[in-house]
Amino acid sequence: MAESTKDILTKPIFRENPIALQILGICSALAVTTKLETALVMSIAVTMVTALSSAAIALIRNYIPNSIRIIVQMTVIATLVILVDQFLRAYFFSISKQMSVFVGLIITNCIVMGRAEGFAMKNDPAASFWDGVGNGLGYSFILLTVATVRELLGKGQLMGFQVLSTGDDGIYTPNGLMLLPPSAFFLIGCIIWTIRTFDRKQVEAE
Amino acid sequence: MQRDSNTQTMIVAACLCLVCSVLVSTAAVVLRPTQQENKTLDIQRNILKVAGVFDENKSVASQFAAVKPQLIWLEKGTVVTAADAKYEKLDLKTYDPRKAAKQPEFSDPVEPPGALPQISRRERFAFVYQLKKEDGSLDQIILPIYGKGLWSTLYGFLAIDADLETIRGITFYEHGETPGLGGEVDNPAWKAKWNGKKAFGSDGRTPVIAVAKGASGDHQIDALSGATITSNGVTDLVQYWLGPDGFGPYLAHLRAAGPQAADSSQSTSNEGDTNG
Repeated sequence: MAESTKDILTKPIFRENPIALQILGICSALAVTTKLETALVMSIAVTMVTALSSAAIALIRNYIPNSIRIIVQMTVIATLVILVDQFLRAYFFSISKQMSVFVGLIITNCIVMGRAEGFAMKNDPAASFWDGVGNGLGYSFILLTVATVRELLGKGQLMGFQVLSTGDDGIYTPNGLMLLPPSAFFLIGCIIWTIRTFDRKQVEAE
Repeated sequence: MQRDSNTQTMIVAACLCLVCSVLVSTAAVVLRPTQQENKTLDIQRNILKVAGVFDENKSVASQFAAVKPQLIWLEKGTVVTAADAKYEKLDLKTYDPRKAAKQPEFSDPVEPPGALPQISRRERFAFVYQLKKEDGSLDQIILPIYGKGLWSTLYGFLAIDADLETIRGITFYEHGETPGLGGEVDNPAWKAKWNGKKAFGSDGRTPVIAVAKGASGDHQIDALSGATITSNGVTDLVQYWLGPDGFGPYLAHLRAAGPQAADSSQSTSNEGDTNG
């Protein structure tokens, strides 16, 4: 691979964003983005899992028999997700309760599996690790943007702190729609629109 | 050896499983004490919250000192005494109601069958928590409740005023309902609707409190939109636990003892001896 580490790391953020270009990992992007706090923890968790699973799979890629490669990838990913879940339960109990099943569902996040199958099976561990981090960051970028908008407009808060005063003498009336799942679709749509306006290459051919 | 040979496949699969299971089980074992501690604290915090006395700035343990837990023999409605415990071969230190519900020796069938949908046995003994006012009289009683929603068992607490009729609060600390729909049982705005509702019908002991669409009156709480099955589940479980097979006998004892006899351990311990 001729690509430099910097390229591998930064490409997935704008140019090849897993959510915006490949439209992967949407379901968790809807579920955990009502608050910036959960979105942040989810972003870190997904980045960790993607990076470590890609590195682990790249490490053993030459030994994985073709017939069971998907199962091997799933096992590695599932193990890492369980570790992350256990860790959150031990040290970030209230957050892990709010995220409930969505930590476990990282296993089914297509980004993780997509990077394992699409990149880690063909590249060395270091490059795969950075590719995982990069894709995790791309995912995080969308999640955090969406969560910021949703929490700010939905509750007038950021990270649980009141930013816009609400209530009778407040300056802002919370928009309840922002806390419902459809708003995440609208926001992700707007982000994709913005990115594709500046980067025409991402627009699909008619 | 061929990479795609059967032998290689078996070896890779076996090694991978071994490494992964060692990692997972190590994490589970090492982190369990911390997780357990979190769970206990979380339950105590929820008891304080449902009672409406929780203060974020003070430690949970110090606040929980004001709460008096009692182990109740559900069927008799009395406090479990040392004699009872011996008779039932019960270890008071390690008794866990949730585990007990799965052990034949510490559980009873739910009566009538189906009163608690999809749950056939419940524990024989359960903890209740009494919270006193400053002057020592009973302020409220917190009862553990659980039952099935749509996907999961909901575990929570119900706080009842010293009049043994008015609901002071409800909370669910563990459930796996759909976030945004059934998961709204967590929503403070919805939980607040329970406050001040009356639990029992005109005879004073049949639970009539229900979660219903277009709720009205003292006995109904608005249903959660888009979560009919969770709402019905909450109705069933609250009615069951307040009813004759749940904490009904215990509440009856308290009623009979009068409003000032909150500390019923004295009177009930005698009864416990004769019964046990």
